[in-house]
Amino acid sequence: MPEKQPDSELEKEQEAGVEPDEARAESRLLNIGVSPHIRDSSTTAGIMGWVIVALLPITAYGIYMGGVSAAIVVAMSILGAVATEAVIQRLRHEPVTVNDLSAVLTGLLLGLTLPPELPFWMPLLGGIVAIALGKQVFGGLGHNIFNPALVGRAVLFVSYSKYMTTSYLFSPKAPVFASQSIKSINAITTATPLAAQGLVRKDELTVAASRYYGPLLVGNPWGCIGEVSAVLILVGLAILLYKGLVDWRIPVCYVGTVVVLSWILGMDPLFAALAGGLLFGACFMATDYVTNPMTAWGKVIFAVGCGIVTTVLRFYSNLPEGVMFAILLMNGFTPLIDRYVKPVPYGVRAMRRAQAAAEAEQAGEAA
Amino acid sequence: MGWADNLKRSLLVKGGVHPPASKLAAGVKISDGPKPKRVLIPLSQHVGAACEPLVEKGDRVLLGQKIGDSDSYISAPVHSSVSGEVTSIQRFPHPSGRDVLTVEISSDGEDAPAPGLGPAPDPLSMEPGEIRRRVREGGIVGLGGAVFPTHVKLSPPSDRPIEAVIVNGAECEPFLTGDYRLMLERGQDIIHGARIIRRAVGAERIIIAIEQTGPKAIAAMREAVPDDGIEVFILPGIYPQGAEKTLVKTVLGREVPSGGLPMDVGAIVDNVGTCAAISELFLTGMPLTRRIVTVAGDGVAGRANLEVRIGTVVREVIDFCGGLSGDPGKVILGGPMMGLAQYTMDVPVTKATGGILVFKKGSVFCEEPGHFSCIRCGRCVRRCPMNLRPYLLGSYSDAGMWDHLEDLYINDCMECGSCAYICPTKNPLVQLIKVGKEGFNRRKRKMEALAEKASEEAEEKENAGKTA
Amino acid sequence: MSLVWKAALALGALAFFFGVLLAIAYLRFKVETDPRLDELLEAVLGSNCGACGYPGCEPACEAVLAGEAGVDVCVAGGQKCAEAVARIMGVEASMGERGVALVHCQGGLAESAPKAVYHGIDSCAAADKIAGGFKACDYGCLGLGTCKSVCPVNAITIDEDRRRQVDRDRCTGCGLCVDVCPRSLIELVPRDQQVLVMCNSADKGAKAKKVCSVCCIACKKCEKACEFDAIKVVDNCARIDFEKCTQCGKCIEVCPTDVLVRVEPTAAQRKKSKAPTAA
Repeated sequence: MPEKQPDSELEKEQEAGVEPDEARAESRLLNIGVSPHIRDSSTTAGIMGWVIVALLPITAYGIYMGGVSAAIVVAMSILGAVATEAVIQRLRHEPVTVNDLSAVLTGLLLGLTLPPELPFWMPLLGGIVAIALGKQVFGGLGHNIFNPALVGRAVLFVSYSKYMTTSYLFSPKAPVFASQSIKSINAITTATPLAAQGLVRKDELTVAASRYYGPLLVGNPWGCIGEVSAVLILVGLAILLYKGLVDWRIPVCYVGTVVVLSWILGMDPLFAALAGGLLFGACFMATDYVTNPMTAWGKVIFAVGCGIVTTVLRFYSNLPEGVMFAILLMNGFTPLIDRYVKPVPYGVRAMRRAQAAAEAEQAGEAA
Repeated sequence: MGWADNLKRSLLVKGGVHPPASKLAAGVKISDGPKPKRVLIPLSQHVGAACEPLVEKGDRVLLGQKIGDSDSYISAPVHSSVSGEVTSIQRFPHPSGRDVLTVEISSDGEDAPAPGLGPAPDPLSMEPGEIRRRVREGGIVGLGGAVFPTHVKLSPPSDRPIEAVIVNGAECEPFLTGDYRLMLERGQDIIHGARIIRRAVGAERIIIAIEQTGPKAIAAMREAVPDDGIEVFILPGIYPQGAEKTLVKTVLGREVPSGGLPMDVGAIVDNVGTCAAISELFLTGMPLTRRIVTVAGDGVAGRANLEVRIGTVVREVIDFCGGLSGDPGKVILGGPMMGLAQYTMDVPVTKATGGILVFKKGSVFCEEPGHFSCIRCGRCVRRCPMNLRPYLLGSYSDAGMWDHLEDLYINDCMECGSCAYICPTKNPLVQLIKVGKEGFNRRKRKMEALAEKASEEAEEKENAGKTA
Repeated sequence: MSLVWKAALALGALAFFFGVLLAIAYLRFKVETDPRLDELLEAVLGSNCGACGYPGCEPACEAVLAGEAGVDVCVAGGQKCAEAVARIMGVEASMGERGVALVHCQGGLAESAPKAVYHGIDSCAAADKIAGGFKACDYGCLGLGTCKSVCPVNAITIDEDRRRQVDRDRCTGCGLCVDVCPRSLIELVPRDQQVLVMCNSADKGAKAKKVCSVCCIACKKCEKACEFDAIKVVDNCARIDFEKCTQCGKCIEVCPTDVLVRVEPTAAQRKKSKAPTAA
């Protein structure tokens, strides 16, 4: 039968030992993938890990100053954040990515911006809110508009403002308590320590602002866990800058703007830089990758905006402190900034010049 | 070279990355490659139209004989790299991944040269047109990897005066050392070739650009340089310095317009390998039948810089270097940043093959990239040498939003891979950009066709209205 | 207690005030639209898929109202939508029946050999660009689902073995998948065509057989079996002339590699055959 012809050819092939299965031995196959075939060793977990390392000195000192309750606050907020991340990712049928450390970092940042003497459930709730409302509702890492840790803090701040503004450190361990003048400040500022700024501003305080420098630098008794020492925050910033993880423009422009505006408005500039959560916010919160602009000039605009809003809130609002809301507000502007502040690609200026020249030539010819 | 020079150089350059250089074969002298019994010479080894075969099955061909050519302007002929018999002309595997029409020649081992090949008299006073004709006939293409036909580059229109010939000695891809060795060993050839190019385009200056990471090559070229308008320019050691556009910016401080060519800013860029090939063409008459290939990687026993005949099968070159060591996981033709991974070792060495890298199964080079996810760290934006925004290109491409890619100048991306290299989430950015380019260009063509059709219809309507 | 009442009263008053304000604004600044626009928006598929070439469903409906687009504007919606739109516009639905998508390949991971291990994004267009795809067959479906991702009616499914299935009842024949397939494997075939060729390989029989167990080996048995001259092997692969094919299925019987298959008639056809009123 003539139909047999092609089949027999096939059979011949098979007899010759060319089994179709032979080519399927997965182990013998080469690997194809698109270039580049080599990649830098940095990973998301590595970046998050280094930020956590940069936060360790201030965390350790904050817990030393705040005692067991501070440790519980930090631990609870980390627990809340990590557990929420895992649960939500499981519910969304996504791979659980808690080992990229981003949830740990969010929890740690949140814990460090809380006062040390909170009931344990409060940081836990903060951690849950930070991840659930701050991050996962937007689609997870990289998609959130607002800094998750600050979202968590903001919710706690407006919900439990009494706790959030009074439970500050009064640890006898703070070295500054030895000095008599500080005790007198304590006596005056009592429940709301950050209002001390207001007092200084209004010259109602007999103690000069410069008296605060020492405690703010090495052992601030009026701040959150992460605000106990400006020096250690700067140590953390130095680590981040050395590892190339943050852009220097954000902390420098942010603090610089606040310093200049405060000086113009009549506050002691160095006090303005050191007091409250400014340094911590400028070094660790405003520099969050996801929520600040991508370009260098965008970052400058973002940081200056943060500085202006912070100063305005400090001077003209009922809030004792404006860093949190300033950063959250500017987070909201980040997509807008990214839309309008963009790099000009290589050769585009040259192309436009050439086009303009060609048009001018045409116009000349027409005339 | 003081620190001030270094600073100045690094300020000239935008972006770029520092992949580990891994120049394993830098100390190995260039030697002759294997003498193949059979060569596979693809008829498409360059940018532009593929060649038509000029020989038939059973024909006897000689070394250097033209076996394929095309009428198209942007194309270059191919030549036989052995003497022997044409055993078949059919589709064979090609480094591009697709089967390509290829001339298979079995060598008789004699290397009998084709008649009529001989040195050109006094090329430095030859007519530019004659130089171009000979360069085209010699099948010379850019040997840096882009394989653009050189005779096209040597034909700038009269309104584009060429001021400088930039000789590209920046071998920024890791592992590859062919150009470096060439500069050490054949500096005079490179300069002779560069002078022929200068004669062809009527330029004044020749600038030999070398990365600061190769001080020996700098010294060797400085020694070889006579004093007639030839200078050595030291580049910063940043990937991708060897890309044409970044090179022009660093050397001349000018930006090639988007969508333009270096000749728009008065420069032409040629690789040191191309210069040496042109020199050989004019000194001996031998067209481009061999090229220097770096063989390296942990999956191959030896490491070498070989002068390999074009058409030699990659497997044979690997065997010549001592064979495989361990299970091969990935075979890359070219460098690890832009090279093409191969599915088989039965592809031939072509004019574009600057390196054969073999890596063991399980090495870092075989790692899987991540899925699309971005933590907005901004490294890709900082490192992009073209000042693009790769994270946006990637996310729009991932979402299939082709229209948005125009404002991002996606076609200016040269796929150097800096963004994907530096990305901490291991995003397959280059792949996304490749897909985006295709999607965008397809959509653009479709839209143009629709607009044309609409205007035609409107015209027809108008005409119909007039007649009515 | 009085505080609660005061608060309730104040908030209630505010709510009432703003409600009135909104109502006034609605009446005062109302944009007059053709009432048929809303009806049309209901009638079309409404997934903003873009298959029609308009940027979304609303612009497409506006184009219908302006007379720029025909009643068959909703490509993805198919016959049903066209009829609904025609009813609203008060004209006859004058569109020919659209075809149904067919993927000319049935090789999944089990049937079709790979030639390499692919590392990269899950997109056929992307995978096809690297080394000519990871499948040993240069023509077969890569099964990464680019067609599935563009289908506005979710008619394409892909199983774990990367075999794809087109739900012929759901498919409206919009042709979006035809455009995106990098290997041009998808064709719109007439809805009543039941005998189909499930291969597109242009490789010669021996080579094709080596890389895939369900490919056309160009043996031409079908060609000989067909009494109506409706099936031809062109470029090493069988093709059916739908005009001539009578769906007799003789070719299916002789095919050695099961490349020719008979599919179930679509729901619409079953209905048609049950009610043989067609004149």
